[in-house]
Parts: sequence; C-alpha cells; structure tokens
Amino acid sequence: MHYFNVLIVDDEEDFLETIINRLKKRDIDATGSRSGEEALEVLKVKPFDVVVLDIKMPGGMDGIDVLKEIKKLYPLTEVILLTGHASVETSIDGMKLGAFDYLMKPIKLEELLKKIAQAIEKKDAQEQKVRSVQIKKLLRYW
Amino acid sequence: MKKRNCQTEKSVVYLDTECLIPYMKCAFKVSDSFVKTLLYKDLQRKMLIITLVVSFTPLIILGAMMYYQFALTLKDNTEEQIKYRAQARAEAVDLFLKERTAILSAMADTHIFSEIIREENLSSIFRVMNLRAGAFVDLGVIDIKGYHRAYVGPYDLKGLNYYDQPWFAEVMSKGVFLSDVYMGFRKQPHFIIAVRRHENKESWILRATIDPEILSDIVRSAQIGRTGDAYLINRDGIFQTHPRFTGKILSQSSLNTSQFGKRVTAVTLKNSQGRELLYAGSWLKNDKWLLIINQDPAEQMASLFAVRNVEFIIIFIGFIVIVITTIFTTRLAVGRIQQTDTRMQELNAQLVQSDKLAALGKMAAGVAHEINNPLAVIIQKTGWMEDLLAEEQFKKSRNLDEFKTSIKKIEEHVDRAKKVVQNMLGYARKMEPKLENVNINDTINQTISLLENYARINNIETQTRLCNNLPIIAGDQSQLQQVFLNLLTNAIDAIGKNGLIIVKSWRIVSRICISVTDNGVGIPPEKQKNVFDPFFTTKETGKGTGLGLWVSYSIIEKMEGTMRLESSIGKGSTFTIEVPILVPERK
Repeated sequence: MHYFNVLIVDDEEDFLETIINRLKKRDIDATGSRSGEEALEVLKVKPFDVVVLDIKMPGGMDGIDVLKEIKKLYPLTEVILLTGHASVETSIDGMKLGAFDYLMKPIKLEELLKKIAQAIEKKDAQEQKVRSVQIKKLLRYW
Repeated sequence: MKKRNCQTEKSVVYLDTECLIPYMKCAFKVSDSFVKTLLYKDLQRKMLIITLVVSFTPLIILGAMMYYQFALTLKDNTEEQIKYRAQARAEAVDLFLKERTAILSAMADTHIFSEIIREENLSSIFRVMNLRAGAFVDLGVIDIKGYHRAYVGPYDLKGLNYYDQPWFAEVMSKGVFLSDVYMGFRKQPHFIIAVRRHENKESWILRATIDPEILSDIVRSAQIGRTGDAYLINRDGIFQTHPRFTGKILSQSSLNTSQFGKRVTAVTLKNSQGRELLYAGSWLKNDKWLLIINQDPAEQMASLFAVRNVEFIIIFIGFIVIVITTIFTTRLAVGRIQQTDTRMQELNAQLVQSDKLAALGKMAAGVAHEINNPLAVIIQKTGWMEDLLAEEQFKKSRNLDEFKTSIKKIEEHVDRAKKVVQNMLGYARKMEPKLENVNINDTINQTISLLENYARINNIETQTRLCNNLPIIAGDQSQLQQVFLNLLTNAIDAIGKNGLIIVKSWRIVSRICISVTDNGVGIPPEKQKNVFDPFFTTKETGKGTGLGLWVSYSIIEKMEGTMRLESSIGKGSTFTIEVPILVPERK
C-alpha cells in the first residue's frame, strides 16, 4: 500500500494518544486533534487522506459540523465516524453527508485499520476517476 | 379571640386527617379494589337517591294536586247537585200545595154557603176533591163566627169554634191560609189549607186538612244514599215531616233556619252526633217552610276514594317502575364508569410503562456513551501494551506469557462489557423499522421452525391455531421475528421440559392479534408488572439478559401495537400482541 496519512479527532486524550502511538508503530502517518476546530486548522496546513472523527465532542463543533466543513473544503478526503453511544441515526445522517462509514466505540485497532484501508481504496479509485477525467480533458484539447 | 378559634379548628382538622391516614393506608393495603367497590357503591347510592327524589317529587306533587283538584270539583259538584235536588223537591212540594189550594179555592168559589153546609153536598165535594187531587183527610166549612158548620172526615169536629185560633184571623184577612203542621183538637199531626169565600157580604171558610205523610212522601223521595235525609222544617226549625234519622215530626231540629239564604243554599254543618254533613235548603214559595236535604259528604266521597285508590295504584306502579328503572340505569351507568375506569387504569399502566421505557432508553444511551469511551481507551491501551510486548526487549521476559494472558483477559472482558452495552443500545434504539410486506403467519411458522429442535429436545409440543385470511401488512419482518423468537424462547424456558405451547393469530377489525400461550410455571402477580422492564429476568443468572421482553415491547410499541400478559402461577402465561393492520403501499 502506498503512503497515506490519517488525522484522528477525539476529545479523549488517552484514546487519542494511544491510538496515534499504535498507528505510528505500524508506520502510519497519524496526527491527532483534540477538537473539531483544531482539526480544521491542521487540515488547512496539510491535506489528509483519511480523517477519523468522533461524533460527540464537547465545545463548539461536534463531529457532524466538522464533517460538513471537511466535505465542503476537501471533498476527496474520506471521513470515518466514531461513535460512543451508538446513535445510529446520527451515524446515518453522517453517511448521508458524505462520511465513508462509521464505527462504534470501543474499536479494535484492526477494525479501524481495515476501515482506513477501505477508505483509502475508495479515495484512490475516486482520484483515479478524477485523473482519467482530467486526462480525457487534456486529450481532447490535444 | 377570633384567632384562637381559628387555631382550634385547624388543630381539629389536623388531628382528623392524622387519624385517617393510617386507616386509609391500611385500607388501601388491605384491598384497593375493596375501597373502589365502596366508592362505586356510594356513587350508585347517590345517583339512585338523586334520581328517585327528582322523579318522585313531581309525581307526588302532581298526585296531590290532582287529588286536591278532584276533591274540590267533587265538592262543588256535590253541592251543586244537592242544591238542585233541594230546589226540585221544593218545587214539587210547592206544586203539590198549589194544586191543593187551587182545588180548594175552586170548590169554595163554585158553591154557596147554604148549599155547602149540607152534609151530602160537602161529602160529594170532598169525594170530587180526593178524586181529582187526593191527600185530603177531611173538609169543613166554618162560618164567620168561627163555628164549624159542616164537616166531612174521620173525626167528630162539627160545632167546634175556631174563632180564637190564630189562623182564623189570618184566613179572614188574607183569604188563603196554609198552616204549619200541628196537633190541634184531634191530637194528630196535620196541617190545614183554608180559603175564604165572600158571599153576599158574608164570608165563610172552606178548610181542608192534609195528611203530612203525603208531604213526607214527596220530600222523602229526595233522600239519597244510606245516610241522606230530606225533610221540611218551618222558620222555627220544627220538623214538618218525618226526618229519616234524627227526630220526629213536630220536634225541634238542630238547624237554625237563618243559616239558609233566600232561595237555595248549601252549608256544611255538624249534626247532633258531631258528624259533618252537607245541608241544602230551599225555601218554599210561602217562605214558611224550608226544604232540607242533607247528605254525608263521605258517601259522595266514595268516588273520590275510588279515584284516590286508582291514583295510589298508578303512583305505586310508577314508583316500582321508576325504582326498577333507576336501579337498572344506575347499575348500568356505574358499570360503564367502572369499565371506563378499568380501561383508563390499563391505559395508564401502559402509558407509565412506555414512559418508563422511553426514559430508560434515554438513560441507556447516556450510560452507554459514558461506558463506551472508557472502554475504547482501555482497548487501545491494552492494544498498545500488546504492541510493546511484541518488541524484542520483552521477548525474553519471564512473565511474557502471563502478561499476554492478562491482556487477553482484559480484552475479553471489555468485549463482554461492550456486548452488554451494545445489546442494551442496539435493542433499545434499533433502526427505524423497515417497511416490507410481512405475512404474520409465515413469520410465526418460520420462527417456530427455528426453535423446533430446541423444543423437541425438551419434549415441548408447539401447536398453531392461525387465522387463514390475515392480510399482508407493512412491517419489519426481522423485528417481528425477533419478538416471536423472544416470546417462544421465554415460553420454552417457562416450561422447562414436557409441555405445550399454543400460538394463535386472529383478526379484530383493523388489528391483528397474536398470542403465545405456555403451560409453564407462570409469573407471580407482583412480578407481572415488571416483565417488560429492562434487565428484569426470572431466569437463572447468566441465562437471560432481561432484555428480551423489553426489546419486544419496544418493537411492538414502535409498530403502534400493544403487548400484554396474563399469567397465573402453575397454569402458565399468555402473551398477547395486538398490532394495527398497516396496508403495504402498492409498488
């Protein structure tokens, strides 16, 4: 698998720290943000392939708000939602808004990795499509 | 002073309630339904009393009014009648007297003194008079000096002088005289009619005696009833005819003639025995005699009593009918109220149950969040530890395996906790039910076949009595299946070994009902209200989560249906589901 980077957004510091350590140990370029606002700041600086987003977060923006913002600004970035209280309805709302999938806490790292891989795959396919469209465009003007 | 009074009152009230509370508590504890029954009894009694009072008051007033009016009319009528009779009789007596006077006058006018004093002439006149009019006892001629010059009759009155008799002067001056009844020379009650004749400046008198018995006969025919009487009295109240009951002819009656007015009058007086009698008096034309008819009003009242009796009977029948109807209707009304009450209670119980479940669902979601986050951290931490243990430096550690086992155990138990939470949540907040075409009977059969093996092992027979023409409804098949599965599993668990499960389905208008009946151990009454609560289970620890019925209840509730339980210990339980028929949309 090619290189990719992941942004984890969760207000639970222990969770965030550990999961980033574990991802890094698996040579995945993972960054953590402790709030939605912070995540958007980070995204401004550097694009991410996948964002793992906790739905329920204290403070101004919750997961859904952040998701909307990300999808608006970076449509090709895939978002995986994390939910602690099985609010399936919210998760479905999130998927309607363009999230790749949702996972219910607590999760095993393996599950998360699997989902991330799927997301990357989808993103790759998406990018491939975009690229081929662009190539076609280019060829047309050739 | 006022203040003090107030306080005293308050303390009394306070004491009263204080005294009542333990009693009430006790009563409610002893039997709630007993108190309810008392309340209904009281309500019924009050309704009964009010209805009866309201219906009887007008009935009784009406009855009394009618009776009074009738009595009044009857009295008027009786008075009118008796007056009429008195007048008619008086006219008859008048006519009788007028006739006698007329014939006497005619005889006097057509004969001369010298002829009439001859015995044979007088007796032939007497014969003619009795032939034409009758009732004459004797006939006599009296000359101007008062000597009885000629006489025909049974007494020897010839030669008597009447000059000093008061009537002599009167007949001389007035020409006609009608006497009261008197004894006279002959010592027999009689009365006389005398007429004067002028003949050649001389006057003579023709005098006839009339038997008062005849008058009595005429008057007596006006007597009515067993107690009625009719007689004549003169101005002084002396009987001129034989009264039927009190007194004799020529004796003094108890009546005061001045009580009677000019012509015909009716008065109510007490007679000598103290009885109230109705008297009607009619003066004769000569104004000397008063014809009296009396009558016991009670006798006339007999018809009134008859009316009264009829009225009593009608009122009595009305009374009975009203009482019966009232009892019946109040029973019905109270019964209805009782039914509604019971229904309301059931509805309330259902509402409370669903409220409770909704609140629990919300709480469960909150709790889940609070538990899942720490669990997530734990899982990551143990994962991290695993990651680290995989590093070279730990590989040689003596307790590496111990660590690994411990971590596995932690993960296992986190998994367990996760499952409990997810069960709870997943059950509570299942996805909105999908709408697909569901054949209830098929779903039941499928579910039964799922459990067939399990049931057979435990020697439990499953019978189905399914309604053949249930409509296809729109619903979530897998959810319904979960409900049936829960109920059947519970039924099997309730039986244990050797038993019978009956699954029925039927239709009530726009609802489908499904019941699952087992002949298992049953659920004690005090636990019945808890069976739909989450984590409530009667199964042994570890066997049931206590979520099955809760989830089933929520699913049915989401379908806008109801689920209820009937159970008795030792006989088994029946769970009945009612769901509305939701017609699937045509595709």
